This record gives sequence, C-alpha cells and structure tokens, in this order.
Amino acid sequence: MSEQNCLVANDWVCGEYLRSRSQELVDATVQHVGITAASVAIGVLISLPLALLARRRRAFAGPVLGVTTVFYSIPSLAMFSLLLPLFGLSVTLVITGLVLYSLTILVRNILAGLQAVPEEATEAARGMGYGPLRLLWEVELPLALPALLAGVRIATVSTVALTTVGAIVDYGGLGTLILDGLDSDFKAQVLTASVLCVVLAILADLLLLGVQRWLTPWTRVAAGRASRGTRIRKAAGAAEARETPEKVA
Amino acid sequence: MSAISGAYEWLTTGANWQGEKGVWHRLAEHLYFSGVALGVACLIALPLALWLGHIGRGGTLAINLSNVGRAVPTLAVLVLLTLTPLGRHGDVPTLIALVLFAVPPLLTNAYVGMREVDRSVVEAARGMGMSGGQVFARVELPLAYPLVMTGLRSAAVQVIATATLAAMAGEGGLGRIITAGFNLQDTPQVVAGAVLVAALALLVEVVFVAVGRLLDPMRGRA
Repeated sequence: MSEQNCLVANDWVCGEYLRSRSQELVDATVQHVGITAASVAIGVLISLPLALLARRRRAFAGPVLGVTTVFYSIPSLAMFSLLLPLFGLSVTLVITGLVLYSLTILVRNILAGLQAVPEEATEAARGMGYGPLRLLWEVELPLALPALLAGVRIATVSTVALTTVGAIVDYGGLGTLILDGLDSDFKAQVLTASVLCVVLAILADLLLLGVQRWLTPWTRVAAGRASRGTRIRKAAGAAEARETPEKVA
Repeated sequence: MSAISGAYEWLTTGANWQGEKGVWHRLAEHLYFSGVALGVACLIALPLALWLGHIGRGGTLAINLSNVGRAVPTLAVLVLLTLTPLGRHGDVPTLIALVLFAVPPLLTNAYVGMREVDRSVVEAARGMGMSGGQVFARVELPLAYPLVMTGLRSAAVQVIATATLAAMAGEGGLGRIITAGFNLQDTPQVVAGAVLVAALALLVEVVFVAVGRLLDPMRGRA
C-alpha cells in the first residue's frame, strides 16, 4: 500500500510507477532506440559517399563541410519546426532532422580517417595491382575504420540526447514521456525517462566501443607495442575533442 | 508551399512583433537568458580551464566533461529543474541549465588550447627568465587564444539553442513562438519562429567568428 502512495505523493522515485507503466516505458524506449538507430544508419549511408567525394574533389569539400556546419548550428527545436511543412507531424520529420545533424560529425570523421591513410599503404596496394574500388574496400576503409567508428559513437550519443526534442511532434521516444510528465507534474515519469535516456546513451556508446574493438583488433596491438600507448590514446582523445563540435540542444 | 508564404506573411505582420508575446519581447528574453548564462559560464569555466591547462592537470576531466555533456539530454535537465523547488523561481531553472551546457565546450577547448601550446616555446620562455605568470600571459594565452575562442563560439551557439528549448519547459524566449504555434496548430507561425531562431543562431555564430578574428592577439604576425 505504501508503494501505491508514492504515486499519490508524486515522489521522484516510485516503484509502483515502474510496475504499472512498464509497457509505456518499453514502448517509448523502443521508439527512442528505433529513431536513433535509423538516424545514425542513414547518416552513415549518406556521409560515406559525401566524404569520398569531398576527398576526391577539393572544390566539393568546402561546400559539404560548410553546409553541414550550418545545419549543425540550427537549434534542434527550430530544425524540427523548419522541416514541418515538408513532412508534417511524422517520425520521418524527426529522423530527417537527426540525420542532418549526424552528417557534420560523420563526414568530418570519415574524411579525417581517409586522409590519415598512409601514402605508403595506398602506393603499395596500387603497385600490387589493386584497382580503385578494391583499394578503397580492402585498404583505405579498414584503415579509416577507427576514425569512422569514433564518429559513429559521437553521433550516436548526441542523437540519443537530441531524439528527446522530437517530443514536440510526439515522436521523441522517452522525450515524449518527459514532456508529458512536465505537463502533468508527474515527477517519477520525468526522472525515470531522463535516467533511461542517459543509460541508453552510455549503453550505445559501450556497444559501439565493443564493435570498434572487434572490427579493428590491429589498433590494440599497435597501442600495446608502443610503450607510450596511453599517451597516444590521450592525445587522440584531445584531438577528438578539438575536432568535433559540441551539439547538445 | 503555403507554409512558407504563410511564414513570410507572419513575419511581415507588424502586430506579431509587438507586445508581450511579440518577437521583440521574446528576442529580448532570449538574449537576456543567453547573455547572463554565457557570462556566468565563462566566469566559472575559463579561469579553471586556463589554470588547469597552465599547470597541466585535469586533462581527463576536461575531455570527459564534454562527452558527458553530449549524453545528457538538455530537455530532460530543463524539465527536471523546472519540477524541483527551483522551478518556482521563474528564470532560475533555465539559467542553471544554460550554464550547465555552456561549461563543457568552454572548459574543454580552453584546456586543450593551453595544453597544445608547443612545449619547446614554453621552455624557451622560461629559459629567458619569464615567471609563471609571464609565461601564462605572454606565451600560453596568446597561442591558446584560437581554441579558447572556438570554445566560446560553441558555448554561445549552444546557449542560444538551449534557450530555445526553454520554451518547451514553459519559460520564455524565441522558442515560445514555435511552441505557441504548435499549440495553435498554426504551421506558418511555427515556421516563422523556426526561421527567427535559426537566423539568430547563425548570426551569433558569424558574430563570434568575426569578433574572434578581430581580437586575435597573433593577428598580422607569422
């Protein structure tokens, strides 16, 4: 009976809320994960060719980086609202906005990764008779993979957070619960959904870190061999912080 | 596209700019929130980051803080703060949320900027007999300046964007034009509000880039 009371008392933490509304929480989480996954996946599919084109033609690189940066500085509430006439109140609207944001991070990271491929490696592959496609697929992309996946991780974490703003059109996953909780002054719902959001972001980051390690076993060998492995990783972290713009709202 | 022409009509109607819910008042609220929060965030983050960068400690803090910042949804923080007792004090939850989200870019960039100053230059300055304070003011700070300004610019754009979200938590600012448009199911007003917000964000970005270049202590030198 005392647990019933936490709903009446409007406590921040309420076990009864978790039990009675578990279906609602699961649905919102599934929607949140779906929107995030779709956005990042589409973002990767679009940014890969963009990065390849930007690398091939310098004249193309400036506009691509410029336009995606402009998208990035548009506040999320405004972005979703600007897309409203195009898509109406739909999940497509939210996903499109999130894809536009993810492009900035992904294109930059993929481009940086491709540009960091050592000249010797590509020269050697060409000398061995690799054509441009095979060179890309078997040499350049694998070597650019750590940078690409680092970009995917950053994009995913910020997309999980940004998805909440989709609540303005009722497709915000857990954000919709947060906003409803505000309207009805329902503290347990707001706190639970907020915590779930952060947990989702951390889980997604850890999952992608695992994928990164599994796909690029050679980076660990190299880091272990160099006695200053930690310092190199630290330097890489610092560089990452400098290259990647912040996007929270 | 009727929404676009409708938005244009909304923006060119003088009545929409006047009064308590008009554009000018909302813009003033927006700039007030953003200016105060950015100022407070700078007072907190810059001295700390520059000092940590000078003595070379706290790198993990600076890097991790920006990652944590990305993972925490702004909307959640705003709504949580609004529902706490702080919510009864009008602007306070918004201002706290804005400061919280402006600190990571400021701190990370200022710290990284200080640490990326060429060590041999710092050593040379010390060898010439400069004191710690002189090295800081004459060598490290001018060389770290571009990254410090990058941080300030990200923080400013961040704050403008977050101030928009304050409208979803019931506070003022330009975002209110968008949320009010949603409530009225008035798409032209939603689009007009979004155009205003996007224009403000881009303008702030451009102004900070220009001011940053103008004030660069290394401008005109090698």
